[in-house]
Amino acid sequence: MYLKLARRNLERHTFRTILAIIGIVIGVIAISSLGILGNSLRLTAHEFIGDIGNELLVLPAREAGETEITEKQYEEMQRIMGIEHAIPVSSEGDAIDLRKESTYAGIYGMHGDDMEHMFEIGKGHFLRGDSDNCVVGSRLADTYDLRIGSKVAIKDTDFKVVGILAEQGFGFGVNADQAVIISHKMFSKLYDTDGYDQVTVQVRDIEDVEAVKAAIENRFNRREEVVTVMAMNVILEGANEFFNYISKFLMGIGAISLVVAGVSILNVMLMSTMERTKEIGIMKAIGASKREIMFLFLIETVILGVFGSLIGGVLSFAGGFIINSVILKDISYLFAPSSLLYIILGMGFGIFTGLLGGLYPAWKASRLKPLDALRYE
Amino acid sequence: MRKPVVELKRVSKIYTLGSNKIHALDDVSLSIQKGEFIAVMGPSGSGKSTLLNLVGCLDLPTRGAVLIDGIDTSGLNDERLTTIRRDKIGFIFQQFNLIPTLTAIENVEMPMIFGRVPAHLLRKKALRLFEMVGLVAMYANHRQNELSGGQQQRVAVARALANDPTLILADEPTGNLDTKTGTSIMNLMSELNERGATIVMVTHDPRLSTYADKTVEMIDGRIG
Repeated sequence: MYLKLARRNLERHTFRTILAIIGIVIGVIAISSLGILGNSLRLTAHEFIGDIGNELLVLPAREAGETEITEKQYEEMQRIMGIEHAIPVSSEGDAIDLRKESTYAGIYGMHGDDMEHMFEIGKGHFLRGDSDNCVVGSRLADTYDLRIGSKVAIKDTDFKVVGILAEQGFGFGVNADQAVIISHKMFSKLYDTDGYDQVTVQVRDIEDVEAVKAAIENRFNRREEVVTVMAMNVILEGANEFFNYISKFLMGIGAISLVVAGVSILNVMLMSTMERTKEIGIMKAIGASKREIMFLFLIETVILGVFGSLIGGVLSFAGGFIINSVILKDISYLFAPSSLLYIILGMGFGIFTGLLGGLYPAWKASRLKPLDALRYE
Repeated sequence: MRKPVVELKRVSKIYTLGSNKIHALDDVSLSIQKGEFIAVMGPSGSGKSTLLNLVGCLDLPTRGAVLIDGIDTSGLNDERLTTIRRDKIGFIFQQFNLIPTLTAIENVEMPMIFGRVPAHLLRKKALRLFEMVGLVAMYANHRQNELSGGQQQRVAVARALANDPTLILADEPTGNLDTKTGTSIMNLMSELNERGATIVMVTHDPRLSTYADKTVEMIDGRIG
């Protein structure tokens, strides 16, 4: 009967009830769709940098005076457990001569077999063995109109372009888009060096990143600092944290509208308490306890909260759809479980707000003295 | 002698209005036995409503003791007083005071719900009370605004009987009714009294006192 009574009391002032529900609806939509936006941003960023989350970058400890990673150290490193690929890379920056013009580009020396673990080929093929050809990055190729068969000269040595990489985007240690990649043999010939400038270590299982990092440091840095190991996941965590802040900030904005909704529920329920003072008096006179009166009023606000949240939950799906398609132009993230979580979160907040807004009026109603309430007209 | 249903021992009730102290009840003693029908008469301001509020556990005396069914109400907290009202007292008001959002039968069921009567017995008992106060079952699902004054008061009487109270308190039960309807309500009350109900009725209408076994005249907060 409590439920029936609550429903009928809400129906008494349909318009007012609808307004209160709309308040909750708007608050829930604001929270969930802004939460979804933040989450989609985070997922986009994840996809962007996610596939290199299992990489470690091993550099010579320059502060300790080390300038390169030797072939011997590299071979030792390969024996460490948990490593999928250890890719040694030499790097330089140098002027290159193209057909008509000159420019400045990154020069990387790599083993041809390693390239497929790091890059995707756009056109042509990767280097083979100790090839004296070269592979160029996509942006360099675009800018200077390089094709398979074009010539690139470094230090007056000509290299034939046999492959053009697909766009790499954000790189960790190696930024290939604007670079020329040649074989190690050619690199050491050109720059007169035997060692490597860095080793990119790909860990087999992303869970083991920390363990492998520790293993490398253990092996080489036992006596003195020889190498510096950087983990990609640190950067990933940083980005994660950043986007979490954005999500929270956006949800905070949404929460403000829910606070407003809470105040409007407070207002509606206080008015209702006033209007029904006499009824409350009657009920108390015939034996309703404080708890029962409180319960009766709380049911009403919970109904408001649940209704508003349900409608808001459905609509925020639409809201998230619009925001994602307008801002990110990609709606696939809307269906990610973590996005749906925001809808549930928004709805939870909606119900909670309804309850919170109704708490004081319900308490106030339950505290009315029956005699005073009965006299109220 | 049997234990009285209501016992007032030297009860005073003093209200403070600004710097004035108003003695609404002044050293009143009274005892009401089971099965009695008492009419409390007197002009307005004589203290008869205050008396009813104290007996109805809606208020506590300033001095003295009010005993309902042997229980001293002074010092009881709100919750205990509510329980006494719920289990031992049935109220009938001048303005009927039905809950407008509930149907007639739901109004009768309400005190039983507060009294934890099992759900499956509610409707059965409410309909029996409905019949007892002379209402046709077809009015069960009517709301307050679809009932005449007399019908509303009958529903109120049925509601007052819901938890089998030891005492029925009526405050000007015919005050808002025309003479004919008023008479029928009074006949219902004396019928209930004949079946054993203890009734305390407050009124300023001398004609109603003929229905009572005993009339208590009040004037200036004292029993005259």
